[in-house]
Amino acid sequence: MILTPEQQAIYDGSKGETMAKVMKTLVMYGDAFEAEKLVPITSKHNHLVTSFGLKVMAPVYDLMQQILDAGVASGQTFSVDPRPLDKNVPANFLQNLVFRKFMYTKQDFYEDQLNKLGLMDKDAFSCTCYMDEMGNKPQKGEVLSWAESSAVVYANSVLGARCNRNSGIIDIMGSIVGYVPYFGLLTDEGRKATWVVRVQTTKKPEAQLLGSAIGLKVMEDVPYVFGLDQWIGKELNDAACAYLKDFGAATASNGAVGLYHIDHLTPEAVEQGEALIAEGAREYIIDDAELARVQANYPVIWKNPDAKPKLCFVGCPHLSLEQLKDWTVKIEAELKKNGVSKVVIPTVLTAAPKVLEAFNKTEYAARLKAAGVITSYICPLMYMNNPLCKTMPVITSSNKLRTYTSARYYTDQEILCAITNGGK
Amino acid sequence: MREFQGRVVTPGEVTAEAIVTTQGFNTLASLQMPLQFGDKEVKCSDQNNEELHGKPLIGKALCLPQTIGSTTGGLVLYCACALEKNPACMLFANHIDSLAAAGAVLADVWVEKVTMPVVDCLGDEFLQYVKDGMTITVKENGVVQVND
Repeated sequence: MILTPEQQAIYDGSKGETMAKVMKTLVMYGDAFEAEKLVPITSKHNHLVTSFGLKVMAPVYDLMQQILDAGVASGQTFSVDPRPLDKNVPANFLQNLVFRKFMYTKQDFYEDQLNKLGLMDKDAFSCTCYMDEMGNKPQKGEVLSWAESSAVVYANSVLGARCNRNSGIIDIMGSIVGYVPYFGLLTDEGRKATWVVRVQTTKKPEAQLLGSAIGLKVMEDVPYVFGLDQWIGKELNDAACAYLKDFGAATASNGAVGLYHIDHLTPEAVEQGEALIAEGAREYIIDDAELARVQANYPVIWKNPDAKPKLCFVGCPHLSLEQLKDWTVKIEAELKKNGVSKVVIPTVLTAAPKVLEAFNKTEYAARLKAAGVITSYICPLMYMNNPLCKTMPVITSSNKLRTYTSARYYTDQEILCAITNGGK
Repeated sequence: MREFQGRVVTPGEVTAEAIVTTQGFNTLASLQMPLQFGDKEVKCSDQNNEELHGKPLIGKALCLPQTIGSTTGGLVLYCACALEKNPACMLFANHIDSLAAAGAVLADVWVEKVTMPVVDCLGDEFLQYVKDGMTITVKENGVVQVND
């Protein structure tokens, strides 16, 4: 990699040993991808993936402390993934004990570190930092040093920003030096599609199931998707953006997709069309049978596969304001149809703190509460990722949550049915 | 015995027993639970990976196409190295992905006592040939010897 004189000086220690190690990390990271240079980060804010004070992550907090002690913190403020705990979410005595006395014992300490490192504000905790309410929405063409797989794939695909699938720690290191290695999804060549996906279903495919199928097939490659615009339209409105948020999260967690193009819809596909497809791209056809095959292959790891669900999570990644309203209306309608007034399975809808704040100002908030549904800013994945929850039958419409935990995946309609009449 | 020539991502020499996955290795799903709850063998906790689920990973030569999943993957790998709960080496059939590269580089730069050689670009034939239990020797120059 060729460094500028300023970058080389940092590498050689002009700004101290810690800064030199940060620069060395980025250079080695770039060298692994034959990056020829570092390019400036141009976004206003960064986004970090590590929001949890897990005891086992002590080496991460030690490293952050080295950065703080050396006084080399980033000039860029940042948002970060959701907090792992919320007292509003149902948990028994033992779970609370494990969460607070064993797992997340470093939470306060780590949040103090985040504040010192440049957290945007006390509510800047969400995997959907790009929601208008959250204030961290990059512009098309901006270069980012973000992590969080669902946010990176959204920023690249729907917003047209440029960001690699950076790991936690690499995210803040790029921000500290102000540069990221130029490779992969930062380059025009790296944004070309090496897969053509043709959606040939007879109805609108579930976002999280379609994303899962594509992620499992293309792994980290870039897919160009035909046929989806007939179901979600040719305009990036609230509904289309919410669909693509959930679709993208599944591509990124079930595979390693960092960018997708949707014909006639996402910005680069609208501008460049099929010119984005690389020569020799492979083809994947998705019909109803293929989606059914993918869903049937998800492992069910509940001890008793017929157990009655004890909890339901919706909102991984976090829901948008319009999705919260939409769920409210649908839950009310299903409750009415089934002749009951409240959900029959404890149900938690998760969204960003500032999205919840906006939602709570609408009439829908009281209606959702009356239906017995809980709202929370929590990260369901962090709540579920422990042996106690592994033995608990939890259902979800999130394919990301299914991938990492024992939660069982159902479509949105199946979830509605389950929480309003027990799935009968 | 067969030899495969790969590209050195982080250098080192080691001999270890192979453990193989032909599907993407989800680092968070595989490692966080055993690290968090003190599993000394670091048995893979990814229920979506039938080849590895329940098998010990610590000290093994992990042979894989690439890693997938959450962008916490790199820092989870870094923590595994810092806590000395890491595989002996990671051997990629494909070009390394950004998350695994981050974990390997972070460990190499920031963890003093770690030695986890990482070699990539070993090719599809490597993954077709290597099987669980074979003895693998990684050389400083990226040569990987597989003894059946």
